[in-house]
Amino acid sequence: MSQAVVSINYKKSVIDAVIAGLLALIVFGPIVGIVLDGYDFNAEPERLMWIVLTVMAGRLAASVFFQTSKGAAFLYKHSSKDEGVHVLLPGHKSKLRWIIPLTIVIALLVPFIASKYILTVVILGLIYVLLGLGLNIVVGLAGLLDLGFVGFYAIGAYGLALGYEHLGLGFWSMLPIAAIIAAIFGAILGFPVLRMHGDYLAIVTLGFGEIIRLVLTNWTELTQGPNGMNAPLPTFFGMEFKRRASEGHVPFHEFFGIPYSSAYKYIFIYLVLLLVVLGVLYVKKRLTKMPIGRAWEALREDEIACRSLGLNHVLVKLSAFMIGASTGGLAGVFFATYQGFVNPSSFTFFESALILAIVVLGGMGSTLGVVIAAFVLTVAPELLREFADYRVLAFGMLMVLMMIWKPRGLVRMTRTGVEQREGNVK
Amino acid sequence: MDIILQQLVNGLSLGSVYGLIAIGYTMVYGIIGMINFAHGDVYMVSAYVTAIAIALLSFFGIESFPVVILGTLIFTIFVTGVYGWVIERVAYRPLRGSSRLSILISAIGMSLILQNYVQISQGAKQQGVPTLLSGAIRFDVGDGFVQLTYMKLFILCASFIGMGVLTYIIQKTKLGRMCRATQQDPKMASILGIDTDKIISTVFVIGATMAALAGVLVTLDYGGFDFYVGFIIGIKAFTAAVLGGIGSLPGAMLGGIILGLSEALFAGLISSDYKDVFSFSLLVIILIFRPSGLLGKPEVEKV
Repeated sequence: MSQAVVSINYKKSVIDAVIAGLLALIVFGPIVGIVLDGYDFNAEPERLMWIVLTVMAGRLAASVFFQTSKGAAFLYKHSSKDEGVHVLLPGHKSKLRWIIPLTIVIALLVPFIASKYILTVVILGLIYVLLGLGLNIVVGLAGLLDLGFVGFYAIGAYGLALGYEHLGLGFWSMLPIAAIIAAIFGAILGFPVLRMHGDYLAIVTLGFGEIIRLVLTNWTELTQGPNGMNAPLPTFFGMEFKRRASEGHVPFHEFFGIPYSSAYKYIFIYLVLLLVVLGVLYVKKRLTKMPIGRAWEALREDEIACRSLGLNHVLVKLSAFMIGASTGGLAGVFFATYQGFVNPSSFTFFESALILAIVVLGGMGSTLGVVIAAFVLTVAPELLREFADYRVLAFGMLMVLMMIWKPRGLVRMTRTGVEQREGNVK
Repeated sequence: MDIILQQLVNGLSLGSVYGLIAIGYTMVYGIIGMINFAHGDVYMVSAYVTAIAIALLSFFGIESFPVVILGTLIFTIFVTGVYGWVIERVAYRPLRGSSRLSILISAIGMSLILQNYVQISQGAKQQGVPTLLSGAIRFDVGDGFVQLTYMKLFILCASFIGMGVLTYIIQKTKLGRMCRATQQDPKMASILGIDTDKIISTVFVIGATMAALAGVLVTLDYGGFDFYVGFIIGIKAFTAAVLGGIGSLPGAMLGGIILGLSEALFAGLISSDYKDVFSFSLLVIILIFRPSGLLGKPEVEKV
C-alpha cells in the first residue's frame, strides 16, 4: 500500500478547539464558575478557566491526532463494532490454569496474615464479587439489563434481619431461605416483564428496586423504617462469636480456650463467604457449558432467531433472572451479618449502578473480569480516600468510555469450542 | 370535597411539569429508540442554572418580576439546550449503531457524571431560590376553600404555551417535518437529503429546553432542590411518557397530566408516603398490560 499523504489542516483543528472551548464555557460556566451560597453566589473563575483550557487543549490534540495516519488507524479500529465472543480452539487449555489454585491458597491465608481492617475491606470486596457474579448472569450472559438488582440484595439483607427478629431464625437457616425468597421475587417480577422490550425491562426493574427501598423505608411497623434493624452474626456449630453468649450457647473462644478477639467473627464470615463465592463461581462455570447457559447467550445475541428455533424465551430468561436474583440475595445476607445492621439507605439506585459498573468494566459475561473489577471498584475507594468525592464521577466516565471503546469490557468473554464428534454419520 | 379539588389543582400543575419533561423522553425514544437516562439530570442541571441566573440578576440589581423571569427563562433554556447538545455529542453519537444495551449503559454513566459533577462543583447541600411571586386566588367551595396560587397559574400557562409552541414547530415548520420524517424512517430520510445526525441533535436540544422550562417553573414554585432531584422526577416523567405512549408527543402531555392528577389524588386521599410507590407501580402495570400506552402504536419487531 502506498504511503497515504498526510496533511494536517491546523486551521480546522484550531477552529474545532475554539468551538469546544466556547461550548465548555457555556456548559461549565454557570455550574463550575458560579457557586451558589444561599441566595447569593461566589464566583470561581480560576477553576472554570482551567477546565475550559483543558477542554480546548484536549480538543486541539485530538483533532490533530485524528488527522494523522495513526489517528485514522485508531479511529478505524474502534469504529468497527466488534461485539462477538472469542471462540477458542477445542481442547484449549489456558496458560493461567495454575493461577486458580494459587489464588485459592492465598485467599485462604488472607485472614491469618491481614489486619482486621484489611479483612473487612476484603469481605466487602467479596460481597461485591458475589453481586457482580449475580448481575453478570443477568446482564452479561442473558443480556437483560437489570437496574433494580439492589432490590434482591435488599431482600437478602432484610430477610436475615426480619427472619431473626420475627421468626427467630439464624444466619444458617436464612442463608438458603433468603436466596430462595430472592429467587421467588425475581420470578414474580420477571414473569410478566420478561416478555417486554429490553429498554422497558431496564426501567421496570429500576422501578422495582425503588419500590422495595421505599417500602422498606415507609413500612415502619415491620422494618423500623430508616432506623434500620439488627442482623445476627453467624454461629459455628451453635457457638457464638460474642464475648458473652446468649443463654444456651457457648462462646467460640471459651470452647477452644483461646482469648477473645473481635476479629474471629470476621475471619469466620470471610471463610464462609469465600466458600460461597467459590461455589457460585463453580456453578456459573458449569452453567455456561450447559444447554441453559448456551441458551442465555444465544438469546442475548439474537432473540428472534432463538424463538424461531423453538426456545421458550420467557423460561430461559426467567431462569437467568432467578439465578441472578438468588445470588444477589446471598450477597445481601452476608452484607447484613457483616454489618450487624441494615437500613434502607444501603440499597439506593447508586448501589445498582455500582454493581452494573463492575459488570461493565469487568467484561460482560466474563467471570475473571468481574472478580477483578469488583475488587478494584470496592477496594480502590478505600485506599484513595482523599479522592472519595470523585468516585461516582469516575464510575460514570468509565461506563461511557468503556461503552465507546470496549463495549465487551476489559477481559473479553471467551468460550472453548466444541470438538467434532467422531460418529458414524458422514 | 375541597381536598379533592385542591389536589386536582395541584395535580394539574404537577402533571403539566411531568408532561414537559416527558417530551424529552418521548421524542428521543421516537427518533433513536433509546431511553435517555440522563434526561432527569438535565432537568436537575436546569434547576441549578435557574438559581444561578436569579442570583446573577439580583447581583446586577435587576428586581422587576417580568424581567427576572424572562431573563432566567432565556438563560436557563439556552444553557440547558447546550447541555442537551453536548451530552448527545459526547456520550451517544459515538455509539450510533451499537447495541441498545451499550447506549443505555452509556446514558446511565452520563447520568452519574452529571449528578456527581454538580455535587462536586456546587456542594451536596440543599439549595434554594427566593420566592418571586406570591399570593393566590381563593374559591370558596362548601365549607372550605380551594386555592390556586399565582405561581401554579403561571406554571400552567407557561407549560401550555411551551407545549403549544413545540406542537406548532413539529407540525407546521420545515424543521418539524424533518424531525417527523427522521422518526418514521431514518434511512429513507437521510437518502432524501435530511442530515439525520443534525436532526437527532436538534431533538436532544428540544428535549433539554423543555426540561429547562420545567426546571425553571418547578424551582420557582418549590424553592428548594439538590443534585439528586432529577432521579425521581425523571422516572416519573418517563412513566408519563410510557403512559401516553412512548414516541407520541400529545401522548407525553396527556400522560403527564394523567399521572400528575392521579398521583396528587393518591397522595391526598390514601397516603403521601407511598405516592412514589404508586407512580412506580403504575409504570410497571402499564408496561405489563399496555406497553404501547394510551396513544402509542404497538411496536412490531422485525428481522
